[in-house]
Amino acid sequence: MDSIARWAPRRAIHPFHAAVLGGVLPLFLGALLSDYAYWSSHEIQWSNFAAWLLVGAMVVTSIALVCAIVSALRGYNVIYLVVLALTWVVGFFNALHHARDAWAIMPGALVMSVIVSLLALVATVMGFCSLRTGGAR
Amino acid sequence: MKRRTSTAFAVSVLALALAACNKAPDMKQYGAEPELPKPNRTLMPDMTIAKPVAWGDQVPTVPEGYRISAIATDLGIPRQTLVLPNGDILVAEGRGGSAPNLKPKDVIAGRIKAKGNTSVKGGNRLTLLRDADGDGVYEMKTVFADNLNAPYGLAMIGNTLYVANQDALVRFDYREGQTRASAAPAKVTDLPSAINHHWTKSLAASADGMYLYVGIGSNSNITERGMSAEVDRAMVWQVDARTGAHRVYATGLRNPTALAIQPGTGALWAVVNERDEIGPNLVPDYLTSVQEGGFYGWPYSYWGKNVDQRVMPQDPEKVASALTPDYALGSHVAALGVSFSAPAMGGQFAEGVFVGEHGSWNRDPPVGYKVVFVPFRNGRPAGDPIDFVSGFRSDDEKTRGRPVGVTVDPRGALIVADDLANTIWRVTPAATTPAPVPAPAAPAPAAQE
Repeated sequence: MDSIARWAPRRAIHPFHAAVLGGVLPLFLGALLSDYAYWSSHEIQWSNFAAWLLVGAMVVTSIALVCAIVSALRGYNVIYLVVLALTWVVGFFNALHHARDAWAIMPGALVMSVIVSLLALVATVMGFCSLRTGGAR
Repeated sequence: MKRRTSTAFAVSVLALALAACNKAPDMKQYGAEPELPKPNRTLMPDMTIAKPVAWGDQVPTVPEGYRISAIATDLGIPRQTLVLPNGDILVAEGRGGSAPNLKPKDVIAGRIKAKGNTSVKGGNRLTLLRDADGDGVYEMKTVFADNLNAPYGLAMIGNTLYVANQDALVRFDYREGQTRASAAPAKVTDLPSAINHHWTKSLAASADGMYLYVGIGSNSNITERGMSAEVDRAMVWQVDARTGAHRVYATGLRNPTALAIQPGTGALWAVVNERDEIGPNLVPDYLTSVQEGGFYGWPYSYWGKNVDQRVMPQDPEKVASALTPDYALGSHVAALGVSFSAPAMGGQFAEGVFVGEHGSWNRDPPVGYKVVFVPFRNGRPAGDPIDFVSGFRSDDEKTRGRPVGVTVDPRGALIVADDLANTIWRVTPAATTPAPVPAPAAPAPAAQE
């Protein structure tokens, strides 16, 4: 806990920033689970779900990224911004990759969904850990 | 670890960007043994879309000794044509398909592809063109039948005209000289029409007049709508002309966009559009005789037994049974018309087939956008395709027209439907005067029967 608190900022992120950041992991995780379902069942509808979940994930990640840039300019944790930016980049390539037809998305789609979900998890933890600091608990 | 990941991605972005800039390498894409490279997928499919411009005073280019003229303009998306016994020409006009957008990609790609097509509304009708005095000018243009549902394939058996709508095969009674159908069409049989990703239903009548062959395209590029969407798709049906009963004649034909019966042998031939998005030089569209009971690969394999890894689960047994088509036309040319030539076409174009190539969207540089002639000898393709009608796409990346159906008039003319310019072109040997067309017996339709 101490180590988190050390690089945590003085202030918590803005509630709007928190709201969109909160959507990033569930949507990427949904895409990952859908990709896994397609991988294991060959049922094409799962890959459609994954493609649309990624579109949703990219929308909230893009908004969260703008918020993170603004926060960084105000002195917020830059490493959080970098991780979120990386999440955006991997998510973007994953979304394009999902435009391939049928099994052509495999195995890349599954691999990228795992990577982007882990990045989203780290970014979310870093973004929210600030809420634990300070006396306003 | 983070840094390494980002470096790896930077490298892959660069590689993909370079790959996207590369023009397709020249490979032998024609004939019985085309060169097949390894499948190659880029991050985004190459999309090179035709920028439509008007023909103005220009016309397509034809070989020396031939001339071309527009015999009808301002049509509602002409697709296929049929030359009637008295020389009149029927034109099927329309736009079909109701495939819903399933993935984000469909939404984006659909908008881009639409830029290369006409914005005119489909006619859903048959238009009749007549040149009563045989001077090569088709002075009559009249609606023969309307309220059809994206009509495409046309065929005639005796006094019955068959039309393949996107959802049903229908028939009209026809009397020589008629300019307007005497009644609404009667349904022969329903055709598979759910989704209708590839909606065109091609049509040919057997030489003995007993059967109709209907070409039915697949419901996806490569099974991305699931195999349940492919029931009764990517095949040719043989339909009994009297009863409407059908049986499956051949399968594995991804999109058999035009069918023709070979004069003399009576064999069924087809042009077939093959799959996209595995590279600029895969997979060649082809011309082939269609063997009864034959399986031509889609979706499991292409050009014979080359397995397509995008289909899961795979089917090695089906792959082992796949036939290799007769003649490759080139990847992405989008062959949409086929017609056997006639001696009256003259010279080197007397024996063979004409193929209308709509042109590519998934290739850089673009290909197709022309009508080629594939010479035949002893009833088989022999030699490279020869450009017969070209100039639809100019070097400045502008596209004036896109050929679809081609039909040989046995009197010595090639009829070409252009669904971008909404025009019908007619190519004739210049040396001979246009053959006189017998004046129709009845200039106006008789009273209702």
